[in-house]
Amino acid sequence: MKRSISLLTFAGAAVGSSAMAADLNVTVEVPKLNVAEYHKPYVAIWIENPADSTAAGTLAVWYDAKNREDNGAKWLKDMRQWWRKAGREMSFPADGVSGATRAPGPHKLVFSGAKGALKNLKPGQYNLVVEAAREVGGHEAVRVPFAWGKPGKLATAKGSAELGAVTVSVK
Amino acid sequence: MRKAMTFKTRLLAVAAVGVALALPMSASAHRGWMVPAFTTLSGDSAWVTVDAAISNELFYPDHRAMRTDGVKVIAPDGAADKIQNAATGQYRSTFDVQLTKPGTYKIFTASNSVMASWTENGEVKRFRGSPEDFAKQVPAGAADLKTIKSSSRNETFVTRDKPTLEALKPTGQGLELVPVTHPTDVIATEAATFKFVIDGKPAAGLEVTLIPGGARWRAAPGEIKVKSGPDGAVTFTLPEAGMYWVNANVRSGETVRGGPGMGGAPGAAPAPATPLAGDGMSASYTAVIEAQRP
Repeated sequence: MKRSISLLTFAGAAVGSSAMAADLNVTVEVPKLNVAEYHKPYVAIWIENPADSTAAGTLAVWYDAKNREDNGAKWLKDMRQWWRKAGREMSFPADGVSGATRAPGPHKLVFSGAKGALKNLKPGQYNLVVEAAREVGGHEAVRVPFAWGKPGKLATAKGSAELGAVTVSVK
Repeated sequence: MRKAMTFKTRLLAVAAVGVALALPMSASAHRGWMVPAFTTLSGDSAWVTVDAAISNELFYPDHRAMRTDGVKVIAPDGAADKIQNAATGQYRSTFDVQLTKPGTYKIFTASNSVMASWTENGEVKRFRGSPEDFAKQVPAGAADLKTIKSSSRNETFVTRDKPTLEALKPTGQGLELVPVTHPTDVIATEAATFKFVIDGKPAAGLEVTLIPGGARWRAAPGEIKVKSGPDGAVTFTLPEAGMYWVNANVRSGETVRGGPGMGGAPGAAPAPATPLAGDGMSASYTAVIEAQRP
């Protein structure tokens, strides 16, 4: 019985999402960079449909929302893939999504399956995309595939410049 | 001095027909352009600065500044907006546009003119000016009436937040771009499609040229030529991110330049009016678009 249910969920059948509200555990490492002028990166954490590269939801956006003269929102466009696919449709600051920029180091994040973008996410395969853009620095997007719908193994990927290790697990 | 006079005379003639700037792109390598610093912006306090010039190389101001008095702005809601802080140097003009509303702004210059000849009491008369003046000054049903209609348009597009289409509605006059792919949503290495219309109808068999900027650092110009289908659509894939100059021209019938007040030696007595050989039209379209990094 249990088996047939999980098969159904993978087939994308309409199953009440609350019945299997899992959480998405994510770690994002902001690397320490030895550069002359360091600014904490702007980071967008979003879910991508791997089939057509469209966005299935935005989990978090770290930016300088309190910047004078709205200069924080001015650089949201630099997280270019997220901006094109999701960000420009949203208004900022966004409840439960907007957050302050973060210092170098690993950051543990838990996104509740009962809230926000995950609440209505259909079971299936997705990419978690972590996209970073740094003032006077570079831009990088890291993709980690994961299956939504039931608890799974830890998946991991690593950036090469603007992002360190990114891990994802459905719990 | 003589050269300066010629230039001045020309400017006057051009101004007289309401061609505020876009000096005719005659058979020279001079290309008019308006390059915005960004085509995609976010945030409520968005401003964009634009460089405008007529140059040989793209996009280096090496020939002449573009005049800014004819530059117009259409806001995302279709209302007329304005340029700010305009300044003109030797080689380049610069101005700003404040994006007070979310959506796509069109920044452009456009001109339409008519050259005509006809006979009145056995005498050849000639006219050169705007379509409005033509309607007023040239008698309806004039004998032996011949006209050459010219239009030119030079555009660029800037989007704050989500791209919109209102500002890009064609006017139905001259050669115009109609978005299929939105001009601020062109991504390098991805196919994009634009449709072209001439006087509002599909411009079939139109040759469209796309030339990347940054020519100074490339051995080859890298121009891409595409031809439109019966629906006026061209599809292209820009290989690299960057600013591109888009150009297309249509000519038919007689499109001879010159005649009284044009091209003659300055100060010389105007040559006797001669009739135009036939009807004709010419239309040119120019735009600067950005191919964004994927």
